[in-house]
Amino acid sequence: MNDPARPTGASAVTAIPLARLIEAFHRLPGIGPKSAQRLAYHVLRAPQSEAQELADALLDVKQRIRLCGLCQNLTETDPCGVCLDPARDPSIVCVVEEPLDVLAVERAAAFRGRYHVLHGHLSPMDGIGPEQIKVQELLARLGAPSPSDTAAASALIEEVILATNPNLEGEATAAYLARLLVPLGVRVSRIAHGLPIGSDVEYADERTLHQAMEHRVPLGDADGNRISVSAPPAAAAEESDRSAQPTP
Amino acid sequence: MPQPHVYRTEAIVLRQRPLVDADKVCVLFTPLHGRIEAVAKGVRRTRSHLAGHVEPLTRSRFLLAKARSLDIITQAETIDAFPALHDDLDRLSRGLYAAELVDRFTDSAADGTRLYQHLLDTLHRVETADSPDLPLRWFEMRLLDDQGYRPQLQQCVRCESPLRPDGNAFSVPAGGVACPECRTGLIGRPLSGRAFKLLRFLQTAPYEQSAQVRIDAGLGRELEGHLRGAVELALDQEVRAARFVEVVRSTSADVHNGKRAAAPFVERRAQGED
Repeated sequence: MNDPARPTGASAVTAIPLARLIEAFHRLPGIGPKSAQRLAYHVLRAPQSEAQELADALLDVKQRIRLCGLCQNLTETDPCGVCLDPARDPSIVCVVEEPLDVLAVERAAAFRGRYHVLHGHLSPMDGIGPEQIKVQELLARLGAPSPSDTAAASALIEEVILATNPNLEGEATAAYLARLLVPLGVRVSRIAHGLPIGSDVEYADERTLHQAMEHRVPLGDADGNRISVSAPPAAAAEESDRSAQPTP
Repeated sequence: MPQPHVYRTEAIVLRQRPLVDADKVCVLFTPLHGRIEAVAKGVRRTRSHLAGHVEPLTRSRFLLAKARSLDIITQAETIDAFPALHDDLDRLSRGLYAAELVDRFTDSAADGTRLYQHLLDTLHRVETADSPDLPLRWFEMRLLDDQGYRPQLQQCVRCESPLRPDGNAFSVPAGGVACPECRTGLIGRPLSGRAFKLLRFLQTAPYEQSAQVRIDAGLGRELEGHLRGAVELALDQEVRAARFVEVVRSTSADVHNGKRAAAPFVERRAQGED
């Protein structure tokens, strides 16, 4: 008769340490049971040094990585390198949802200010409200910099760019933050919406097209003057507005 | 006869949750198939053709492919994007509240034609009404009706005598209103005469008539408390989006009253600039 306490099937022939490793990999996002098995057997077959390196890296990241007290990004030093960099403009702060968004904006090399990472977005149906993300830290940064934050104290924030994702939760987060930030007397802007480079108008949804039309960029004015495409949209819009006004 | 591998349906997207990589699971509410969970592949990518059509609180036409576990969205086309709902945080919070109610009350393979129409109408009303709260109260009343939790507002839930407007209590666990003589000992909250009349009106009148009623803030909050209590008891859980409605409402009131502590900050900035 079978002993109910004894594991049966595949788990019975898998050694306990190996089963633990498979289980640990299986807990990672996007890793199914088969992938977890493959990874565990890969680690098992790899040289001792490689396994040690993986284990060290895992422990290292947990022990040494923390949040920057200023921008809330993941960092080894507090404040982080971006917040300490004197070449970056401390008067402009770009608010993003996740640390990976900072990397994406940095790759574009189009922003030389500082960041604030919310670590999430408002998600009303999941019960994620402003208390669950780094909203208070942003308000504190704008209203009352801590004494240790010498860099921020010496240069006040003049503009906050809301670069949350252009989906329902990201838009709700941006709209909520705008409500909190505008009364503080700081300029608040939202990253532009529209069609991504390389996409087709035919497949665009109505809201995207609507936003693209709303935030269109002028290329020339009624007097036949060309407006530089490379100029920032805000500057181009101002230029267009100026040209639209009647000359005295 | 073999089942077709693909099927078409119209649906309102209730919510999304991340799956793997750039994929998301969309919760769709359809008129004929009830609540469906389906995979939208690659929608987190900027060049996704589907992304804009499967955003929550969007009404779209879908082509879905049957799969072993979750069906897969192969095509989608927006019918109504509710732009005014998405562009206004107050209205958006109410729209999400309505969507969460449907998400929690409904299950798959149920005929949802009537509820679908109610949700669609409610989203349109929340989008355009002067106060986005009244359409929600009307919707809650219809939802309770549809799900078999219609509150008893005509006769006392205990002695069954016809109710008069004043001195009553609304007892959620008892399923409706208790008269002044029976309310003692019942778990419930006092129900004002105005709220009592309005609840009865909302229960029977079409929305167009209900929308004519002038409701002040106090009465609105009282109605909201009673109906949310009834909805949450029926669900046996909290409606999470209700908290968001409260948060948005508080910021909205602050903005209108100019209550946010802007002054000290502006002064500090001015001093810094000096």
